[in-house]
Amino acid sequence: MSDLARTRADFPILHQQVNGKPLVYLDNGATSQKPRAVIDALVRYYERNNSNVHRGLHALSMRATDAYEGARTRIANFIHAADPAEIIFTRGTTESINIVARSWAHAHLKPGDVILTTEMEHHSSLVPWQQAAKAAGATLKYIPVLGADAEGGLDYAALDTLLTPAVKLLAFTHISNTLGTINDAAELCRRARAVGAVTLIDAAQSIGHAPIDVQSLGCDFLVFSGHKMCGPTGIGVLYGRRALLDKLAPDETGGGMVVTVTYEGANWKPSPERHEAGTPNVADAIALGAACDYIDAIGREAIAAHDHHLGAVAMEQLSAIPGIRIIGPRLGQPRAGLVSFAFPDVHAHDIVTFADEDGLALRGGHHCNQPLMRKLGLTSTTRASFYFYNTEQEIGVLVASLRRIQKFFAG
Amino acid sequence: MSADLSELYQQVILDHNRRPRNRGKLPTANRVAHGNNPSCGDECSVYLQLDGDRITNLSFDGSGCAISQASASLMTTQLKGKTAAETQKLYDEFHHIVTTGEAPEDISDLAAFAGVHTFPARIKCATLGWHAALNALKGDPLPATTETHKD
Repeated sequence: MSDLARTRADFPILHQQVNGKPLVYLDNGATSQKPRAVIDALVRYYERNNSNVHRGLHALSMRATDAYEGARTRIANFIHAADPAEIIFTRGTTESINIVARSWAHAHLKPGDVILTTEMEHHSSLVPWQQAAKAAGATLKYIPVLGADAEGGLDYAALDTLLTPAVKLLAFTHISNTLGTINDAAELCRRARAVGAVTLIDAAQSIGHAPIDVQSLGCDFLVFSGHKMCGPTGIGVLYGRRALLDKLAPDETGGGMVVTVTYEGANWKPSPERHEAGTPNVADAIALGAACDYIDAIGREAIAAHDHHLGAVAMEQLSAIPGIRIIGPRLGQPRAGLVSFAFPDVHAHDIVTFADEDGLALRGGHHCNQPLMRKLGLTSTTRASFYFYNTEQEIGVLVASLRRIQKFFAG
Repeated sequence: MSADLSELYQQVILDHNRRPRNRGKLPTANRVAHGNNPSCGDECSVYLQLDGDRITNLSFDGSGCAISQASASLMTTQLKGKTAAETQKLYDEFHHIVTTGEAPEDISDLAAFAGVHTFPARIKCATLGWHAALNALKGDPLPATTETHKD
């Protein structure tokens, strides 16, 4: 058995038929599948250790607390955080960004300040900044994307004029979920730091796909979801530098995050408890730790290489289909393991419905990127997004299916 | 191609998708409503020329999948001359067709959408234009509604 076949054997869900055809799961940008090791971690927790954390003095509570805090340490190692207290468990990327957009922005933004982001943000890293800017009387500005198909990536030259001392926060996506563009995160953080701006990296698409080192990236905040890196849904991370998190006002208050409570008021523990009011999502945090172990056993360098290889193979084969419009980096340029494309006469939803008949799981729509779509003159694209368990042969299934669909709609 | 899929993409639907009828703004319209499907980005505007509560002319404009565009196109061929009450009744029948697959024999081309019922995610596509038309019937005269987007 090849390494790839062995890896695929770890994922129970991949071994099924959809509409009578072997499942070809190419919707990893939306969510990844779960290996047996992660599913087992969930089952083991609920079967053996389930208990509330940080409270009980009994054996189960101690086990659950150790496993929960162990997961925090594991995730800190996974992204090279300096201190486990810099890892806040959240529901996911969206909640993580909202916490910063509410608590940090509320404390630090004043009228006239600027939040800088990019034109390629997912709605989850765009709408919260719009809200924060509105609440503070600040302005939201965008680093433009270059090219009619956004093939030029971010306009780094525009930073010279956009990055002024008025910029208090630079928030950007590491990898575009729609374009497959890989942004130069370290360079963007370096430039932002030079004007004293705080940085937030949306790592939703890069986590679990490439090595991440928050200290060498030089970011202040980094956010991601567990479910896109083989972990469960409902668990994610807000990484923040300790100095920022210990000063950040809690977004939610309640049990577990307080030191002393009187009828008159309360005061807060330091990070991470400060930012985790209530009973946390213990089971999913532990399973996310298991996902880190699983991914690192494969190796993130190897995962990145496999992603990029499949991205390149897909680019080569899809580019050969007449009439196709592919957005994002051109053939031969660096690109993450995803490809978004459109046909002039077949809508993405019709493609996804037809492809489903061939066992293919694709995404069709605006990918929570409405302003970018509008800028490119599109309302929707079809997206194929890969992970380390996908094969070249599956790209062949995709291409054959697209050719069949194109023929059908051409009549 | 599977039976379900050929049932969904009937010839009538493919024809309306390729050659939409009554597409574009209607210069004589006195009512308009915009419909969109926030989950997928499909858009459809319906323009009505109303005389009392009777539709004397209509058109649609927008972008979206074959199902949403063909449904809006076919709808415009069915509603000319209908009153608000007749439009609502026809929509109720159409809704029954796309949610159950049961089509009365006398209901013309709308029966082509019976195949939608086996694809529940596509029901919203089929009804998008109809919702816009019903909103336009209920709505204010044109100048008051052109900027009103229902999201």
